[in-house]
Amino acid sequence: MTTLDETSPEVPVVLNDEDPGEGSTEVATGLGGLNKRVLSWGLVGLGSVFTVGGVLWQHQFDHSGVKDLPIIIAMIGIGLVVYGVTGLLSRGAATDVLTFTPAKAKSFALDNAIILAMLGFVVALCIIKPNFMQVNVIADILMQSSPKMFIALGVSFSLIIAGTDLSAGRLVGVSAVVVATLIQKVDYPNKFWPDLGEWFIVWPILIAIGVCALFGLLNGFLVAQFKMHPFIATLAVQVIAYGAVSLYFAKPPTNGQPIGELRSDFTALGQTKLLEGENWAWLDNWLGTNFRGLSILVVYALVACVAIAFVLNKTTFGKNVYAVGGNPEAAKVSGVNSYVTILIIFVLGAVMYAFGGIMEAARTGGATNNYGNGYELDAIAACVVGGVSLAGGIGKVKGIIIGVLTFQIIAYGLVFISVNAYYQQIIKGIIIAVAVALDLAKYNRR
Amino acid sequence: MTDTLLQMNHITKTFPGVVALDDVSLTVERGTVHALMGENGAGKSTLMKCLFGIYREDSGEILLDAHPVVINSAKQALDLGISMIHQEPHPVRFRSVAENVWLGRFPQLIPGVVNHRKMREMTQELFKRVDLDIDPDTTAGELSASVFQLVEIAKAISYDAKIIIMDEPTSSLTEAEVGHLFEIINRLRDEGIAIIYISHKMEEILKIADEVTIMRDGKRVGTWPASELTTDLIINRMVGRELTNRFPPRHERRSDEVVLKVEGLTATSPRSFTDVSFELRKGEILGIGGLVGAQRTELVEAIFGLRGIASGTIYKDGQVIRNDSPKTSKKHGIALLTEERRATGIIPMLSVCDNTVIANARRYARGFVISEVQRHEAAEQEVRDLRIKTPSTDTEIADLSGGNQQKVLVGRWLLTDPEILILDEPTRGIDVGAKYEIYTLIQNLTRQGKSIIMISSEMPELLGVSDRIMVMCEGRVAGFLNDPSEFSQVEVMRLATSFMTQQSEKEAA
Ligand SMILES: Nc1ncnc2c1ncn2[C@@H]1O[C@H](COP(=O)(O)OP(=O)(O)OP(=O)(O)O)[C@@H](O)[C@H]1O
Ligand SMILES: [Mg+2]
Repeated sequence: MTTLDETSPEVPVVLNDEDPGEGSTEVATGLGGLNKRVLSWGLVGLGSVFTVGGVLWQHQFDHSGVKDLPIIIAMIGIGLVVYGVTGLLSRGAATDVLTFTPAKAKSFALDNAIILAMLGFVVALCIIKPNFMQVNVIADILMQSSPKMFIALGVSFSLIIAGTDLSAGRLVGVSAVVVATLIQKVDYPNKFWPDLGEWFIVWPILIAIGVCALFGLLNGFLVAQFKMHPFIATLAVQVIAYGAVSLYFAKPPTNGQPIGELRSDFTALGQTKLLEGENWAWLDNWLGTNFRGLSILVVYALVACVAIAFVLNKTTFGKNVYAVGGNPEAAKVSGVNSYVTILIIFVLGAVMYAFGGIMEAARTGGATNNYGNGYELDAIAACVVGGVSLAGGIGKVKGIIIGVLTFQIIAYGLVFISVNAYYQQIIKGIIIAVAVALDLAKYNRR
Repeated sequence: MTDTLLQMNHITKTFPGVVALDDVSLTVERGTVHALMGENGAGKSTLMKCLFGIYREDSGEILLDAHPVVINSAKQALDLGISMIHQEPHPVRFRSVAENVWLGRFPQLIPGVVNHRKMREMTQELFKRVDLDIDPDTTAGELSASVFQLVEIAKAISYDAKIIIMDEPTSSLTEAEVGHLFEIINRLRDEGIAIIYISHKMEEILKIADEVTIMRDGKRVGTWPASELTTDLIINRMVGRELTNRFPPRHERRSDEVVLKVEGLTATSPRSFTDVSFELRKGEILGIGGLVGAQRTELVEAIFGLRGIASGTIYKDGQVIRNDSPKTSKKHGIALLTEERRATGIIPMLSVCDNTVIANARRYARGFVISEVQRHEAAEQEVRDLRIKTPSTDTEIADLSGGNQQKVLVGRWLLTDPEILILDEPTRGIDVGAKYEIYTLIQNLTRQGKSIIMISSEMPELLGVSDRIMVMCEGRVAGFLNDPSEFSQVEVMRLATSFMTQQSEKEAA
């Protein structure tokens, strides 16, 4: 019938170039076409060199001045190898020809501006304070990002349908309080429910998730049934949830004292450290430092990322979410049940916040009704920095991970070099503005 | 032979202030193509949306295979074997073509989990069936409107429906593609599928339809076998009055003053236009012809400053100008009516009046205050001139019929009073009566010394309105037809395919 009108993918990136007369002629053949397979093998090779080099440096040469840098290099090497291998396995590896042009380099830089800026920031930190190059620092950052990851993943669904979920933070509080009140030590005299026995650990957790899911259902119902903007619907639920949990929290006999003395089998869920202890002494030896372990929270967060990526990319529901967000009219005329999709979006989000709250309660060994306050805005900011579009239809788990880590690295790094906390706020704000501006520039150029 | 598949009886549908359908009945036989015709706003789309479950009729009944059915959602319609190509395409822009096609019914590995491999294969198979060469993984937003329209056609067919509604499927297609669509339609008809076909193009209707139902102002005028109809009869029954000419007479102006000169214009993107040169004289209408993919839209967008230029020069009144944004173009007195009006033109929440005057609101301003009275006067003038069917100028534009939205946008650019007006498919989706009004307005502009560039894929329009025609093929200028007396469809087609390689020629045929 026709050949595909091929102009659009090759859109001129040099729109509004200062000198359209000359200079912007593409040197498409300049560096030649590089096969994607060749590039991937290159990555694997480079990664291997890094890995081996790092390990050698660690054991054969002096690295006292640069802390754990050799290990970190080795870890980066492993990352490159993995990335290269996935490249080799991807479809079209052998056929896709990659060309290098100045325009492409520019668009690459633009597409990955946040990552590049982060790398720059980290390198600067390492130079200012070589102490930053420690595996323990990395483990810390990962641990602190983990609960936030849950909130960000949860809120991303409503962002993809061009909505938002302001109830996220307060639902974290709801779940933390609910679970904490049901899982205090039996012999603790000042218990929230004085007569409560020792429940099987799963029940309190399920109840916390269930309560949050109900609030999520209310969110979804308001949005789907009344076509209410999610901003308003979830604002209402946010306020209701806080009021409700505060009432519960303030009930006698504890009258609003922070809930503590949680059972150790529960706190272990949040405080367990992996790769640490007597069995792992050899690791400390091998690393040459005292590795304080990797929090189990990181494992949860990883599982959550994989699960949500699966839901978004592989399931009917996930694809419907993108369709409802990208073009609601198209979803409707294609027979997608938008009503149910919206309900699930908000319930699923609420379940993710519930997990976040449970993790917070377990990690800190307690809860108050103010847990989670303001988390929703951090989560939305992380998503947006990670490329989730507020206009709907766009968003990837990969981006969300980058967004969450970005904020965590900044926060941690600035504290590390003792920057005044108020500067942090300013920097955070700038990052949001710049990241979104870059992201929009990406979609606006055509 | 009467083998009735669908009966819609006494359908009435009102919107606030409008009776869109007034006791309309429609009977469609199995294995036929049933054309639905009428002016913009006659109620064709509304009737079909009632059948497809997007609107609920106020009263009336729908019988499918003689059984009464209630259709409350598109899903129910699809389940009943009714599919629809919509007047406005609905791309989910950031998702793949395959996902767009199978949305709402993805092939599944286990319940809830999409089988990507199968989806890709099914898409390839489907595209092969309709002879469409698109990678299923292409992002829908990367496709031009006309290519996506082809995807929508393929999608509608893939439901294996008993009834396929086609609401102006060809409005963004070229003649070759229309020919191909007709082959597909003939095949479907032979398989016993009923097709309800809406179009404003007389030639198409007479060629493909078995029966024609004509509507006017929300009422049914009647149904006739296509063999008993002629263009004049259809127009007569549609507009309820005589319409002797389809094109107003050309204005004999012939000034030699060149207002716009383009020299060696080449796009930044290598697959787009190269080395385009032409001159536009004062008071003339330069038509640009060619097939889809001839890069005509890209060319005028570059001239207007929406796309990058690698080399070449643009002269306005003998001076070199550099247009890098629509703003500078406006300063130079150049206006562009874009092809993808829906996406780039309409501001849905605003009223007809706002949408009409938005491009030159300043003209109605005294200091900082915009005169409501003058704005409305201008908008009402435009509504009258173009015979836009709307309850009032305060109606939201989204509530207008597709064709009437187009008219508002044409009106918007006519009101800006530019020196050079570029029109990209100006009468797409507009009924015959209103087309004549638009042509008249264009001729009036040239009489005032304005110059027009008009891209058109509708051959009669290109031949009937232009003073000169430039034909493009694969991004290059294939030739000029300089005198209306030498205009012919054959000559335009010959030029439009002149640079084609064997391969692409076969595809275009
Ligand atoms: N959602 C709506 N709200 C209010 N009025 C509407 C709505 N949809 C259509 N109308 C009105 O109903 C009438 C019929 O519109 P319809 O879209 O059916 O026309 P049409 O015959 O398809 O015209 P076209 O050829 O321009 O597509 C028009 O006057 C239009 O303004
Ligand atoms: Mg219509």
